[in-house]
Amino acid sequence: MTAFNPARRKLLKASAAAGGAVAAGPLFPEAEAAAGAQAAKPAAAATVNVLLRVNGTDHQVMIDPRTTLLDALRERLHLTGTKKGCDQGQCGACTVIVDGRRITSCLTLAVMQQGHDITTIEGLGTPKNLHPMQAAFVKHDGYQCGFCTPGQICSAVAMLEEVRAGVPSHVTADLTGRPEPTNAELRERMSGNICRCGAYSNIQEAIAEVAGVKR
Amino acid sequence: MKLQIESPAHLIDVNDLALDKIEPTAKGGLRIGALVRNTDLAADSRVRRDYGVLTRALVAGASGQLRNQATTAGNLLQRTRCPYFYDSNQPCNKRRPGSGCGAIGGVSRQHAIVGVSDACIATHPSDMAIAMRALDATIETVRPNGSARTIPIADFHRLPGNTPHIENSLEPGELITAVTLPKPVGGTHVYRKVRDRASYAFALVSVAAIVQRDGTGRVALGGVAHKPWRVEAAEREMPRGAKAVAAGLVAGARTTHDNAFKVPLVERTLAAVLAEAKG
Repeated sequence: MTAFNPARRKLLKASAAAGGAVAAGPLFPEAEAAAGAQAAKPAAAATVNVLLRVNGTDHQVMIDPRTTLLDALRERLHLTGTKKGCDQGQCGACTVIVDGRRITSCLTLAVMQQGHDITTIEGLGTPKNLHPMQAAFVKHDGYQCGFCTPGQICSAVAMLEEVRAGVPSHVTADLTGRPEPTNAELRERMSGNICRCGAYSNIQEAIAEVAGVKR
Repeated sequence: MKLQIESPAHLIDVNDLALDKIEPTAKGGLRIGALVRNTDLAADSRVRRDYGVLTRALVAGASGQLRNQATTAGNLLQRTRCPYFYDSNQPCNKRRPGSGCGAIGGVSRQHAIVGVSDACIATHPSDMAIAMRALDATIETVRPNGSARTIPIADFHRLPGNTPHIENSLEPGELITAVTLPKPVGGTHVYRKVRDRASYAFALVSVAAIVQRDGTGRVALGGVAHKPWRVEAAEREMPRGAKAVAAGLVAGARTTHDNAFKVPLVERTLAAVLAEAKG
């Protein structure tokens, strides 16, 4: 067993790095009752200085430490390509890529993402210079209303990297072999992105083309 | 937190603690750091080779995005997905002790059939924990005074009894540091999850099984109880087939009109698993 040093200093350091203590303000009326024994006073809303690296550019923002990455991207950096659907990690519309991995930006706080490389749909390509996945979605008409599209595209780009890295999925037959980018694999791996219009078949076509699935 | 089920005065981000490694143990097993992401655990070549049931369970859970974020310890500590727990207009003994249970007599298709109480019929939603129960994992923790202890996973999650708000044996301030798997036991590893959609849905019933060539083995169930459900006495019936094992697993089941289907579903899922293991 590797020894784990539970020194409080380390914990405190980690908490400080994350913006530390957050006083429950009026947004959380039940907090006062819950913390009654500790005589919690409703404190003034604190803000913290956060450095976010998004699409290769550093942004310094003063935010309430309770701000999700999604809200920081949309409301503070005005990168509104990332969409807020359910805000609970169920729909995938807010998918962004952090250090090469797709995550739902509604389920992480902005203060937790300092020092990480964040890529949003705006960072993948531009209207004049589309990312191959963006171009494929246009070609195959992989959307209807378009609300889920940025999340679908960010998810798909990072998903193909997961296949290349050999990450198994629920439909991978042989766990000790390398997964292949088949239609069944792509569908299973994209299940975290919901399309309320039901454009799935065209989304699948677009991703399959980029993945080089044999037709 | 978003639904104000929890409204903590303080949050501490533990992600910078160096608990993200998977290392071999001196006893031939694996020690999985508390912060290892579900994706990385599922993809680890040692886990895929020696603990296939764990990889299978992990990739049956949630979505790609969520598995990239979810940690080993966090997965164990998931709260129930009972809709009455999340609707603060409803009574819930887990959310507000003593307020009653909306699920009993309510819509209860997803709910537990074994180990239930008059206070709570919620299920534990994890897939990972079901496989870890079959593997006899051990949970390592550290307490605020620095002392460490290990908790067998069988003793980690609790049945609801009349205190459904107490879901595990952690003490206040106690932190999970790792989950240890004993040395591999061989056999054929199967995780079969029955759910309403083919992907990205919680289990109605799931079976984690390790089946040896002589037909003996281990079985743990998900979707049926407040904790990963395993009955060692029932496992001894494995060479006699699914019916005998299922009878022991769901003995004393207390079902509702909505979830009585889970009793035969356990037997049928188990039969499918044993057939698959035979090859």
